[in-house]
Amino acid sequence: MPSIRLAVPKTAKRDEVIEIKALIQHDMESGFRRGSRGEVIPRNILTEFECIYNGERVFSAEFHPAIAANPILTFHTRAVDSGTLVFRWKDQNGQTWSENAAIEVT
Amino acid sequence: MMDKTNSLNRRTLLLSAGGAIAITTAPLTAFAAQEDLERARRDLFGDRPITEGRVTVKLPPIAENGYSVPLTVCVDSPMTSEDHVKRIAILSPRNPLPQIAQFYLTPRSGKAIVSTRIRMSGTQSIQAIAEMSDGSLWSGSMETVVTLAACVVL
Repeated sequence: MPSIRLAVPKTAKRDEVIEIKALIQHDMESGFRRGSRGEVIPRNILTEFECIYNGERVFSAEFHPAIAANPILTFHTRAVDSGTLVFRWKDQNGQTWSENAAIEVT
Repeated sequence: MMDKTNSLNRRTLLLSAGGAIAITTAPLTAFAAQEDLERARRDLFGDRPITEGRVTVKLPPIAENGYSVPLTVCVDSPMTSEDHVKRIAILSPRNPLPQIAQFYLTPRSGKAIVSTRIRMSGTQSIQAIAEMSDGSLWSGSMETVVTLAACVVL
């Protein structure tokens, strides 16, 4: 289980634009490196990310091998209502990891 | 007679080995060049016109380590439901693959500013193309000097 770190404000004013950071531990093996015996290390990367705020997708991303290891994303969203933000990553084999964060909007 | 067949065999063997090396190494050493970037741009956006402006790419002027270079893209947009950024594509003219990432934004994104960390296999100018809700395309770029390139197969 890779470690996921999120930075989401716990509270926000309604309609305030908040900054969100989401980091996941992953090698993002590009498929362009060689191992100690000269063999090409096969590609193993995360390909998709999405942020769902109270059921609505507010931001998503598509990753290619040029995204650095332990990918971090900083983006924004408008705080519309109290609720939950779901962060989901998917790798090239379809495996997914997710983490939630709660937000209180006043 | 024996000698002749031997040398022929050796020659054909060497030739085929040489061919095999050429075949296996050719696709691996093929770095993305300007043409690959243009092909990727056509795959993503077709032949639609792209105007320079409204997009700012921020990178350090010198990256000591190409394995992890901080990148920020800002697009000048009010981010309302009538006028917002739909997607931002990040492209490289020198990495083994021209596509780096695509970000999909919505009016709920609030601000069209996205940051991440990218790999760069050498000094190059990274390009960002933004697609607006009205369908127009805008681009911006920034060059970074990379002193240690991210490792690639050679």
